Amino acid sequence: MSTNIIDRLRAAVLALLLTVAFAAPALAGPFEDAVAKFANDDFSDTAAAVEAVAASGNPLALPIISALQEGRLVADPGSKKVFVKQADGKIIDAATGAAVDKLPDGVADVRLNNRLRRAVEAALGSLTLLSPDPARRIAAAQSVFKSHDANALPVVEEALAKETNRSAKAAFTEARAAILLFKPDVSEADKLDAIAVVKAKGDQEAMALLTSLGPDQPPLIKTAVAGAISSIQSDLAMWSMVQNAWYGISLGSVLLLAAIGLAITFGVMGVINMAHGEMVMIGAYTTFVVQEVIRTRYPGLFDVSLLIAVPLAFVVAGAIGVAIERGIIRFLYGRPLETLLATWGLSLVLQQAVRTAFGPTNREVGNPSWMSGAFELGQITITYNRLWILVFTLAVFGILLAMLRYTALGLEMRAVTQNRRMAASMGIATSRVDALTFGLGSGIAGIAGVALSQIDNVSPNLGQSYIIDSFMVVVFGGVGNLWGTLVGAFTLGIANKFLEPVAGAVLGKIAILVLIILFIQKRPRGLFALKGRAVEA
Amino acid sequence: MLIQLTHEIATMTRRRWLAATAGLVLGLAAFGDARAQDTIKVGVLHSLSGTMAISETTLKDTILFLIEEQNKKGGVMGKKLEAVVVDPASNWPLFAEKARELITKDKVSVVFGCWTSVSRKSVLPVFKELNSILFYPVQYEGEESERNVFYTGAAPNQQAIPAVDYLMKDEKVQRWVLAGTDYVYPRTTNKILEAYLKSKGVKQEDIMINYTPFGHSDWQTIVADIKKFGSAGKKTAVVSTINGDANVPFYKELGNQGIKATDIPVVAFSVGEEELAGIDTKPLLGHLAAWNYFQSIKDPENEKFIKAWQAYTKNPKRVTNDPMEAHVIGFDMWVKAVEKVKSTDPDKVIDALPGIEAKNLTGGTSKMLPNHHITKPVFIGEIKANGQFDVVWKTPGLVAGDAWSKELDGSKDLIGDWVEKKCGNYNTKTNKCGGQGS
Repeated sequence: MSTNIIDRLRAAVLALLLTVAFAAPALAGPFEDAVAKFANDDFSDTAAAVEAVAASGNPLALPIISALQEGRLVADPGSKKVFVKQADGKIIDAATGAAVDKLPDGVADVRLNNRLRRAVEAALGSLTLLSPDPARRIAAAQSVFKSHDANALPVVEEALAKETNRSAKAAFTEARAAILLFKPDVSEADKLDAIAVVKAKGDQEAMALLTSLGPDQPPLIKTAVAGAISSIQSDLAMWSMVQNAWYGISLGSVLLLAAIGLAITFGVMGVINMAHGEMVMIGAYTTFVVQEVIRTRYPGLFDVSLLIAVPLAFVVAGAIGVAIERGIIRFLYGRPLETLLATWGLSLVLQQAVRTAFGPTNREVGNPSWMSGAFELGQITITYNRLWILVFTLAVFGILLAMLRYTALGLEMRAVTQNRRMAASMGIATSRVDALTFGLGSGIAGIAGVALSQIDNVSPNLGQSYIIDSFMVVVFGGVGNLWGTLVGAFTLGIANKFLEPVAGAVLGKIAILVLIILFIQKRPRGLFALKGRAVEA
Repeated sequence: MLIQLTHEIATMTRRRWLAATAGLVLGLAAFGDARAQDTIKVGVLHSLSGTMAISETTLKDTILFLIEEQNKKGGVMGKKLEAVVVDPASNWPLFAEKARELITKDKVSVVFGCWTSVSRKSVLPVFKELNSILFYPVQYEGEESERNVFYTGAAPNQQAIPAVDYLMKDEKVQRWVLAGTDYVYPRTTNKILEAYLKSKGVKQEDIMINYTPFGHSDWQTIVADIKKFGSAGKKTAVVSTINGDANVPFYKELGNQGIKATDIPVVAFSVGEEELAGIDTKPLLGHLAAWNYFQSIKDPENEKFIKAWQAYTKNPKRVTNDPMEAHVIGFDMWVKAVEKVKSTDPDKVIDALPGIEAKNLTGGTSKMLPNHHITKPVFIGEIKANGQFDVVWKTPGLVAGDAWSKELDGSKDLIGDWVEKKCGNYNTKTNKCGGQGS
């Protein structure tokens, strides 16, 4: 209660101060007129208002323009009054800064289009160049670099002079160089320095800036620019190789994740399981259900929703897998054609069941904050979701390998697949092991679904798009060998990503298929063929 | 032993089930026959399973909803309408089979259906042979005008060309990425757009064309390429004819790689409210879509429709989209044509349809043209954080749909005219019927 009063008092005092301090410009009119233009609901009027407000030097300019960017600026079309909804929920009159109790009826958000958003970004850039927060200063310098607006030069130089933060200083130096490069009355020496700075930045933005300079330049500058462009280009070409490799690894990890489950059910057990993709889909839908519950009941837990979904997806998909094995597949061992048809039919049934239960449209599975966005490594962009999926895939692979090697169940599984009758006579309940193995493969497919829900659609068709790739990976890598699946997935991923820029996505995919067919002709048992008696069994 | 026993029980129960189901089906069929005399049958040919179910199920619901509304008003010519729904299961040959079944077995008076161009092409011969009527509600590549088909979706000049014009004038775009899924609609649309851009003085090196397979999910390379293409110092935009499911991973990758609409805007022709319902749209703020209808358009007709639709589906969040509006217009036109000629005879209705007007949901009146396309307004919308679109531009009036593109050499002299010339591909140069196509 008391803080409330203090807050109100503070707001009132602030408002009073602002009105007193800026009564003169407000009365003089241009600022007020400019602000009123926001209420016209016309994009060119709004653009004019942004420019005028940003140039006014009024301390309200920053709150108004950042409110506009964040969709907190509202206008009353009747009275032409404009209000700022502050982040803490308070409302002020944009023209005067006075606190307002309640918004009048019929106010509407001031609308933006892309042209305006660019203008707003540029305006905010020059307004926040002197912000106390270094991150905002860097962002501001970067937006000045893009807009290279000559009006910002004095402020950039002022900021540069007193800057202590290293990365902010670099950003300001680059912003200054960009302005100088485009300013007409700058000495050639200064321009050459500016080109060197931009060249040192060396990324695609620098490239864009240099190429947009245009051909009508003095010869000295022209050659310097051309030199800088070709040096950046060769640099970027090298980075694009690194980038392709990373994309390949990332695609490989997705392929591997989708295929590990199949490497168990098809590779180890020899069941041609066309419903494998649907296990992936069920895992993705489990994630959706988990997120839905969290969203409605425990919104605070959203960031850990995936961690909750992983074991659940394993259990759900695994249980369905055991049920499928007990209900259908165990009657069909040794009859590959019937298994293929039965599991294919089953995949259609599962798809339609999900379609009936959840509807045919895509379901929204959100990315937790730690899986959104990207970071720059040299000149390549690495997105967090891809990075985490790679880590997750390797972890799943490692755990599975350890499980097969060191646990009793793993031992039994290997025994049963290598020699069923011998294993049975040693007292292993082979049919129980079969069910558990199939359940394990399905459960891992379910976990894959959790990860894939982060990069793909969650729809009943999700599984179909992975089934062919999964079979390709397992067959290419060598049936019955997990390491083969690993190497196969990454080989296919990297080959695909190096082919794609040259041949295009469609031809690239065809080329990969053809290569695999040729490879299988040469080595029918894949990269890592199993040897010994197990092969004949 | 035990297994065998359970097996026998299972077989027995299965037989009993079979008998019961058969009885039920027979009963229903008899019931249907008894009522068939005083109803007009309307066929609904949309996939309810398979890959296209994601888009087409909503259209089936739309027609059922429209029929229910019409029946509340007393039906057509005093007769109730009755929907016959079949499921072609996203399987193109099955579309033709089901169309034949609707027309010959169920004796429907009209069919509303199809989404993909390949499904439309697959049913065309059936509709011609059996002389029935198809209303096709989706934006498509044009280059077609058939006597038995009425195209209520947009032709390229009602969607793609105005969108490119907007980007050229308002966003000052000079460099173009034409990205699409590899099938007939994107290929033809991009061919038209490429010809149009070149006619506006865009150079070959400023156009990048990229095709991806259906359901493409790994967009890293392509998004990086777009980024690189966009860093040539000229304002760049992406014109996307990427279809269906591939859009979600594409937009996710754009968002993650930090391509904002202010840097490189993407204008899409296949992304509507329904598609956005599956993604977090905050990173997509400002990317564009071109349609003839948006749910967010403020108009009394539209608000009434949305309210009734949400009540019908019992889902207050259910969205509406452009192909739904096309069905609304097409359905209304068909009802008016039938009432005008007081018959459901296909020949009479086909002749009556051109010239029929129907209110669209955005405050205008669309008209059926002699080439069996309709007039529509064109809107450009920007994606908002709530998954809806904010209209930033619209054509001053309605645009008449061209069956044959004026941008392509092979079709620029052709027109479709089923009123005077009785021809879908009349060549205005040679004054003869029959040009490219059939």
